Amino acid sequence: MDAFTTITGPAAPLLRANVDTDMIIPAQRLIGAGRDGLGRYAFERFRFNADGSDNPDFPLNQAPYRASPILLAGENFGCGSSREGAVWALRDLGLRCFIAPSFGDIFYNNCFQNGMLPVRLAAADVQRIAEQTAASPSNAYTSVDLERQVVITPNGEEIPFSVDQRKRSALLEGLDEIALTMKRRAEILSWQARDQAARPWAWEGLRF
Amino acid sequence: MPQTLFDKLWAPHVVADLGDDWALLHIDRVLLHDMSGARALTEVGERGYDLARPDLVFATPDHAVSSAPGRTSATFAGGASPIAKLRQRVKETGIRLFDLGQPGHGIVHVMAPELAIVLPGTTLVCGDSHTCTNGGVGALAFGIGASELTHVLATQTLMQRKPRTMRLTFTGTLPAGVTAKDMILAGIGQLGTAGGTGFAVEYAGDAVRALPLEARLTLCNLSIEMGAKMGFVAPDDTTFAYLKGRRFAPTGAGWDAAVAAWRELRSDDGAVFDREVTIDASQIAPQITWGTSPEQVAPVTAHVPQPSGPADQAALDYIGLQPGQPLAGTPVDWVFIGSCTNSRLSDLRDAAAVLKGRRVAPHVTAWVVPGSETVKREAEAEGLHTQFLEAGFQWREPGCALCVCVNGESVPAGKRSVSTSNRNFVGRQGTGARTHLASPAMAAAAALAGAIVDVRSF
Repeated sequence: MDAFTTITGPAAPLLRANVDTDMIIPAQRLIGAGRDGLGRYAFERFRFNADGSDNPDFPLNQAPYRASPILLAGENFGCGSSREGAVWALRDLGLRCFIAPSFGDIFYNNCFQNGMLPVRLAAADVQRIAEQTAASPSNAYTSVDLERQVVITPNGEEIPFSVDQRKRSALLEGLDEIALTMKRRAEILSWQARDQAARPWAWEGLRF
Repeated sequence: MPQTLFDKLWAPHVVADLGDDWALLHIDRVLLHDMSGARALTEVGERGYDLARPDLVFATPDHAVSSAPGRTSATFAGGASPIAKLRQRVKETGIRLFDLGQPGHGIVHVMAPELAIVLPGTTLVCGDSHTCTNGGVGALAFGIGASELTHVLATQTLMQRKPRTMRLTFTGTLPAGVTAKDMILAGIGQLGTAGGTGFAVEYAGDAVRALPLEARLTLCNLSIEMGAKMGFVAPDDTTFAYLKGRRFAPTGAGWDAAVAAWRELRSDDGAVFDREVTIDASQIAPQITWGTSPEQVAPVTAHVPQPSGPADQAALDYIGLQPGQPLAGTPVDWVFIGSCTNSRLSDLRDAAAVLKGRRVAPHVTAWVVPGSETVKREAEAEGLHTQFLEAGFQWREPGCALCVCVNGESVPAGKRSVSTSNRNFVGRQGTGARTHLASPAMAAAAALAGAIVDVRSF
């Protein structure tokens, strides 16, 4: 997994509350899909008109935001389904960081699994970054520094954010969780042996 | 120190304490479906690992299958390849598959309790957010993404941070015509779709105790629509009676030992929760959503509210309703009775009881999609299918169908649907489709009336 340290760029505003993963990518696009190439479907119901042309009103279609690495979002961003394809699609679109007052739980976890950083900031702070960006979109840059745990707004204001320390280190170091857990294989096997003695009922019905 | 039910479900599964409230948690059961199952199994191999415990993994195709009568896995062409791959990977890895037409096949969260794959006190995951449904038997069950699923399949564990705890207590007695679906929709209306984020929710109180097991599954199913990854009900005699004799339940002395252990799975007196919410169940009316988020919900007797912000306005624009208009009487084009929320035998009985020999309104397309092959066969054995067919409903094959629309089935653009499913999101039932969530009885009544109607006066 790619390590995440600092991301800088124009922050695209999508401040509507409860943007769900069905809006981010419809499930139809994910039947048997892999991790790559899903960016073209990201927000497709909003990004494109019925004839397939770009909807100019959608923020990610507007010039300064087309290559934004940062998305400013509303409450409960990424709520709904567990589809990791939502994260893959947004990543493929070039996004690496989301700033919102709150996130759907599963989406939040899925971000870290893919080298993406979801940052929780107060709604007023998110709004302020959006306003500072809108004042001069083509040269208003926001930075997100995971090492120092601060968001630096276009006006230079530093807003600290908190993040789970375990997830922070995993992101900074680009850790592979499966490899880490595999080092504990002996512990897992001994837990299973103990549990089969302590709770035989949890195991016996499943024997082949 | 008094413990919550959550503590008693979590603590025994901690393989290693990782510090800062993180644990390496043992996962007792894994469910796979056709949307991501084959891919997940392939990824484990690509990463160079073997499947840790094939005996703890169960697969069934449910999402990308047509629900048309007489369907095969190729009826919906888009599903043919993922299902073929799932069958192949399952054969290679030796995990159990419940295939189309076999007893045991069904929507993952219908078949898992039905086969007693999920038991009280177990942990269960699936790459599907409605895995919380399985908490209805008293299990720690939650949805995960593809990366976490690969981790579980390779290691039989998951790194998890301990969530905060919430107890949602429903006091009193549920009025006639009001169901578990109405309880949880009313709860989401009060708490909001993010009200449960970061919490493990225990549903408690007299009104929950009085619910049959299948209704508890419905209650827990919508935990994720409140933001909570997991929700559960303490197991009791209702739970034990439901599970006994089912395919993967323990038997003989093992059963007795299990029940003895399961009786301890309840929050101790004096247990402290991070958040407590109480709702008077006797005051709940049948609920219906009016927007594009499950929190945009109201009693069927209410009027469409004034929008409280741009999200409400966008929802009203999409759903095509005006503030101040009564919800009841809104014309309906489609009715869907099904999904992991409300497709069990008791749901179909509730819906059939509303029919009383009446016919579906001529302009309404009405579907009943049983949640599993077993539900379908049991319903047919008691003649429910005949009642639905004579009333003008379509009686279809088990699967996710119109809840997720990755199977060639959808509600046409601009059409209004009353659905027993769990999400009224923009485009969820089809591009431009307008969804109102409700209970099976409310959905059946809407089909007959051709409009949203209060089932209690119908």
